[in-house]
Amino acid sequence: MLGKLTWSAIPFDQPIPLAAAGIVGIVIIGVGLWVLLKGYLPYLWREWITSVDHKRIGVMYCVLALVMLLRGFIDALMMRSQQAFAFHAAGYLPPEHYDQIFSAHGTIMIFFVAMPFVIGLMNFAVPLQLGVRDVAFPTLNSVSFWLTAAGALLVNLSLVVGEFARTGWLPYPPLSELTYSPGVGVDYYLVALQISGAGSLMAGINMVTTILKMRAPGMSYTRMPIFCWTSLASNLLIVAAFPILTAVLAMLMLDRYLGFHFFTNAAGGNPMMFMNLIWAWGHPEVYILILPAFGVFSEVIATFSGKPLFGYRSMIAATMAICLLSFMVWLHHFFTMGAGGDVNAIFGIASMIIAVPTGVKIFNWLFTMYGGRIRYSSAMLWSVGFMVTFVIGGVTGVLLAVPPADFVLHNSLFLVAHFHNVIIGGVLFGAFAGYTYWFPKAFGFSLDERLGKAAFWAWLVGFYVAFGPLYVLGLLGMTRRMQHYDQPAWHPWVLVAGVGALIILIAIVLQVMQLVVSIRTRENRRDSTGDPWDARTLEWATPSPPPAFNFAVLPNVTHEEPYWGMKQRAREAMRLLSTEPHYVAIEVPRNSPTGVITAFFAVVTGFSVIWHIWWIVVLGLLGAYATFVVFAWRDVAETQIPAAEVERIDRANRAARSAALQKGAA
Amino acid sequence: MNSTTLRAGHDPSHLGHHNEEAHAHAGAIGHGEGGPAPKRIVIGYGFWIFLLSDVILFASFFAAYAVLSTATADGPAARDLFDLRSVAAETGCLLASSFACGMGSLAVAQRSQKWTQIALLVTGLLGFAFLLLEVREFASFVARGAGPTRSAFLSSFFTLVGCHGLHVTAGLLWLGTMMAQFLAKGFRQNIRYRFLCFSLFWHALDIIWVAIFSLVYLVGVST
Amino acid sequence: MSSETEYEDLPLEEQDSAPGDEPEARGNIAKGVRGYLIGLGLAVGLTIASFSVVNTNLIYHPGIPVAVLVLAIAQMGIHLVFFLHITTSPDNTNNVLALAFGVLIVCLIVFGSLWIMATMNHNMMNMSELMQMQR
Repeated sequence: MLGKLTWSAIPFDQPIPLAAAGIVGIVIIGVGLWVLLKGYLPYLWREWITSVDHKRIGVMYCVLALVMLLRGFIDALMMRSQQAFAFHAAGYLPPEHYDQIFSAHGTIMIFFVAMPFVIGLMNFAVPLQLGVRDVAFPTLNSVSFWLTAAGALLVNLSLVVGEFARTGWLPYPPLSELTYSPGVGVDYYLVALQISGAGSLMAGINMVTTILKMRAPGMSYTRMPIFCWTSLASNLLIVAAFPILTAVLAMLMLDRYLGFHFFTNAAGGNPMMFMNLIWAWGHPEVYILILPAFGVFSEVIATFSGKPLFGYRSMIAATMAICLLSFMVWLHHFFTMGAGGDVNAIFGIASMIIAVPTGVKIFNWLFTMYGGRIRYSSAMLWSVGFMVTFVIGGVTGVLLAVPPADFVLHNSLFLVAHFHNVIIGGVLFGAFAGYTYWFPKAFGFSLDERLGKAAFWAWLVGFYVAFGPLYVLGLLGMTRRMQHYDQPAWHPWVLVAGVGALIILIAIVLQVMQLVVSIRTRENRRDSTGDPWDARTLEWATPSPPPAFNFAVLPNVTHEEPYWGMKQRAREAMRLLSTEPHYVAIEVPRNSPTGVITAFFAVVTGFSVIWHIWWIVVLGLLGAYATFVVFAWRDVAETQIPAAEVERIDRANRAARSAALQKGAA
Repeated sequence: MNSTTLRAGHDPSHLGHHNEEAHAHAGAIGHGEGGPAPKRIVIGYGFWIFLLSDVILFASFFAAYAVLSTATADGPAARDLFDLRSVAAETGCLLASSFACGMGSLAVAQRSQKWTQIALLVTGLLGFAFLLLEVREFASFVARGAGPTRSAFLSSFFTLVGCHGLHVTAGLLWLGTMMAQFLAKGFRQNIRYRFLCFSLFWHALDIIWVAIFSLVYLVGVST
Repeated sequence: MSSETEYEDLPLEEQDSAPGDEPEARGNIAKGVRGYLIGLGLAVGLTIASFSVVNTNLIYHPGIPVAVLVLAIAQMGIHLVFFLHITTSPDNTNNVLALAFGVLIVCLIVFGSLWIMATMNHNMMNMSELMQMQR
């Protein structure tokens, strides 16, 4: 009746996951009760859960990412402390638990922190920057988000019901085959990633279509802000790479569920094929994450240097070059598997070539800052911290791209240090810069700068203290994923890395404090003009938070940086130059629970696939089909925002901007 | 926010790239000069992008098949199994189905309920015939001890061809829903757009089948 | 939805094409049917050619896979042009560019995998042989 699911699936004998799950459960129940008692549920349902507004969905993506960041970081703390204790000792985490933790850490950080964070920022900012009212497919957007959330839910469920994979963040066969991983851990991994992967793919399709087909009048390709360009490149990579992930995970599922022989040792299966295909997705994936971060830095550096971005066109060329080249380097993740000198040489050289466009970008940012009037706000600090950190990560990456060096460093902590160097120093700093930069746009008040700067410095210092020693440890020969060790030379460095993790903990606490303090003092930090940073792109032409329709009248773009030009001339004239437009009613897409219902069925189906409860799988699939049919049958897809309402919102914003201009003049 | 005021003066932040002439002859709407493209283009293009991602999904299965096609583990190889007459019949069914779907889109363009339903019914029946032939072929392989668990070659064969079969199955479900929608709601705009997507999907499946019958079956029996 | 109808009344050359748009949809139906018939004829011809290449002695035997591949690519082109109405006209630029990107990725995955795995199998011992030796 319930497949493999029995009471023994719940780890009553292990205090750590039980306690963790208990605390999380209490928090969830507490928040749920609070929402219910305060009567916020209808509001949440109406305004957020069923919302198809790209800004709301973007915010929800970022919230998911921040929550999952906490979970992933707790895993990181556990790993660091385990290694600190486990010198000549067993530590406090038994191997099978430790293996689950490093697998969950990697999986969560990549798929449920980095991905939702960058997708959330793109979702929020791209339509605003393009000067349009929404993404191409608003309801699909909601479905994408909820599928990602469904995947995250399944991964976290594995904490209490059953176990998670012990195979690393990429489940390499033959270890991940049924013979060697008979439990449900790998199945959790596979099903959760198939569901969230489908969500990412749809988000990618949505965003590519939006950027290529939905732009304000006159917004030609060479007038799009760089963030839109990097988003385009990133989403093209999603569309091209995620099907490969779907395919290769499907093959592993077929091996595990139906006894196929893709990657087994028997009957002609070839485990190397898994490494080949998963990295054909995996390498573009790192560029999927870093390209939007590059876009954020481009916007932030131009804004806070008070100058247009240096080398706009070379930036576009570099972005698109990275987009194509990222598909031609995947073998550098498995140089040591023996493809031979010629193959290794070609992929090694290709990997080094991809550093060139990235270098171009670094110089462009430096030249943007050069001669600018730089304001070191916290968003700018993240950007400068990124430039230094990312260059170090890039250089160690080029080192790893040299095949003979890779044979020495492969699977060592040097590699771990390298990719944390680029992912924390690049993606995460970029996400935090974007979070600080766009927060006032999303909510109408800015984050506390003092705590923000403190958090930045704690992150930066913590990062170097935590990961600098890993480079040394790698060169000393320590391999990754060690549960315990007895090499005395390693121990001090491991302890230093542990201290680094604690400094990062302080940074995260500071960030939580920053959010809480900012919300509590929001009345003092309101942004009435919609342009708190004196920025350059079109999203700052809207009120903060932007209304559902974004723009009362679609802007007409005649140059690069249209908003900056508009603002400068208004400043010279000391008044708004545009005459008040003729307001008309605006049609916006109707909210729809399709996304959350689809995700519900995805969770139910996924959970029953993991536990082999086939009759619920059938029911879940039927439910999903029924959801689509009901959605397809609806007659009214849009609601109207009356002209009077549009007028009221836009007039208020114009009045605030006029007042600000006058104040600036006086 | 008004365009006329902006265009009149000089933009102080503007550095180089005077693209005035590009704006002078405003290109087609979707190219960015004329504002957001209309729904029909957006939906068609979005689905086109989805199809490309689907093609890449198939490419991964093709890659697996190409790599593993010699890994027969002393079991039956392609030339021992494949029956080209059955493959030819499947090809005929799918091609004719694709053609019928084309007739269907012409009928939709003419807003003819009768011909739309007839064309789509024929499309569906031919697609169903294709599926029956494929299932029969798979069943005969399994009966001869050449199921997907026999060897890596057969695993990759069943997955590649089966994935196409699953797509056809999903397409049939979609087609049935589509026919019911045309009957219930008529030729409403959003349903016509949906049908545009369906016909793209169906024709694309035929293209993938061309790759399958050529590179899997024909090359399989000739090497 | 009124803007939509206005758009469809624009002259054709000022519109973009969605992939799969019926170019003749607003013209006469005979022209539309003729396009599909030409496509069907060519596709049937190429299919028959493919199947007969395999059973013929007319061409050099090891060249058969190449011939089949060429015919398959030709037939895919026929399907694209006559059934999906992808053309090289300017209104189709975006569609063709997306297609080109997809084809590039497909080639990279398929040929890259074949090349990598072939050299790997050449250099490394086959897994099943290795398992045999360990016994």
